[in-house]
Amino acid sequence: MIFYATQRFVLSVVIVMVAVSILTLMLHVVPGDPAVMILGPRATPELIEQTRVAMGLDQPLPVQIVTFFGNILRGDLGQDVFTGRAVSQIVFEQLPYTLILITVSILWAAVLGIALGCYSALRRNTWLDTLTGVISVGTISIPAFVMALYSVLVFAVWLRWLPAIGAGEGFWDGVTHLILPSFAIGVSWVGYVARIVRASMLEVMGQPHVRMARAYGLPDGWITRSHILKIAVQPAVTLIGTGVAHLFSAAVFVEVIFARPGIGALIVQAVNERNYPIVLGAVLVTTGIIVLATLISDLVIAWIDPRQREEL
Amino acid sequence: MTDATQSPLPEPGLLARSLSVLSGNRTGVIGFVLVALIVGSAILAPWIVPYDPTAIMTGPRMAPPSAEHWLGTDNIGRDIFSRVIAGGRIAMLVAAASLTAALSAGLLLGLIAGLGPRWLDNLLLLVFDALRSFPTIVFGLAVVTIIGPSLFTVMLVVAITSVPIYARIVRTQTLALKNAEFILAERAMGVGLPRLLFVHVLPNVLGPLLILASMDVPLVIATEAGLSFLGMGVRPPTPSWGVILNDGYNFIRNSPWPVIGGSIPIILVTLGFTFMGEALRDIFDPKLRKAG
Repeated sequence: MIFYATQRFVLSVVIVMVAVSILTLMLHVVPGDPAVMILGPRATPELIEQTRVAMGLDQPLPVQIVTFFGNILRGDLGQDVFTGRAVSQIVFEQLPYTLILITVSILWAAVLGIALGCYSALRRNTWLDTLTGVISVGTISIPAFVMALYSVLVFAVWLRWLPAIGAGEGFWDGVTHLILPSFAIGVSWVGYVARIVRASMLEVMGQPHVRMARAYGLPDGWITRSHILKIAVQPAVTLIGTGVAHLFSAAVFVEVIFARPGIGALIVQAVNERNYPIVLGAVLVTTGIIVLATLISDLVIAWIDPRQREEL
Repeated sequence: MTDATQSPLPEPGLLARSLSVLSGNRTGVIGFVLVALIVGSAILAPWIVPYDPTAIMTGPRMAPPSAEHWLGTDNIGRDIFSRVIAGGRIAMLVAAASLTAALSAGLLLGLIAGLGPRWLDNLLLLVFDALRSFPTIVFGLAVVTIIGPSLFTVMLVVAITSVPIYARIVRTQTLALKNAEFILAERAMGVGLPRLLFVHVLPNVLGPLLILASMDVPLVIATEAGLSFLGMGVRPPTPSWGVILNDGYNFIRNSPWPVIGGSIPIILVTLGFTFMGEALRDIFDPKLRKAG
């Protein structure tokens, strides 16, 4: 297990490094001066020169990439072009908002999805099973930002049940402001999770060791919890691990639509200002989190099911 | 499936197989019909729109659906139905162009990874994994910062982010085929690489790839609409579903119709292509059905 974990960890670090290189190289693949590109067409020559030196763009490319890696290791992601503040500070100020949003979204998806999936597998071909099937296809078909627009329309504009603007102040206000945005992201995953949990539960339920347990006369609830569910939730864990990337994409829209602070809103604003250092820093941090999430979900799977450790 | 050794009946032909799969598959039929409708309306858009999709004040502002304006009008009196149909043309164009590019690049890179030396294979796998760890929209926004928002940017982003998935499939298939007995036999007979590629590898790889691409269309369309919604894709006044939704969002408290009208085609496209992809998978590769 420790060997497997180390192997996976090293691979993850390498993947992040390749991702960083791709992002830095992108600036140089496009013809034109990166400093001009970052600052936009109206920058003065002095400002361009200053930026070029400040960002180390006057150095040869390999030196730049190595310096950049060194800076990242020291937690330095560069400076904001306009205000000169540290990018890492700006990004980590916004990050908690997005992480809370995504975590609550996963909770929506996991709780509703696993419950619906389990129930419809145990009560196959009842009206609830059919309804779950319809809900699954329905929610999967709707992109998160469309879902977010409808949430605003129905719950904030028509029913006026919940607020739709900002993150709120104080704990309870924050919670009420979180319900709609996280629902909009989470609900597209309820269908996926429910479908996968249902399918894998049905598969596991037919396996010899489960029939054996049943033949021994073990109680149904015990069998479900300790034999079926343990194996059946695995694809769902993998899904949530690989799905974090999609969750971040969805968070961009939801933060813009609900006017919430967060890393997605930060990136959109930075793109509008053509503030590449912030875009780069924010994308980097997101990518790091995604790779980390994938790593954790792989390790959780390996922990639940030792058979998975062989594969790499 | 009939077993050849037990039954003298020949394998049913493609058409017969398609019909038999579709006859027992209502969602498949719905999928094909939806896709046909959407692609048809996209191709015929300039001739079937009731109004010029960019003409303002074709009727009252923010009107609800009526006989003259089937999906109502937006904040400057443009006909939403016409804009939705015209937006379908943009969506289909992006889907067709970027998926073609992604498929070709994926095929090429996958073959290189599968047949090339070990270090190149590993390097390509790393790059694929790195590209897949970017969230599509976030990566798209980074690209927009560098080359600016346009239809081309959207296509480029979609192509780059889809390549790894296709390339990985091609690579796996190529590796599996590389040591298959019939390939070894052909190579022993002195058959050259080009013939091996075009006669054996390509046909075996193309089927799963096309099915996957058809199921990816909704994702592509959601990406285009999403970037355009953020103002980072297709630029107004060109009608794109994302642009329509953005206009609608700004006036969501005045009229729900632009949001509803702009989102219906996105939902229909997703349902249509997903159902069609599932049916295609059943027709062409019954084996995949169990695995999936």
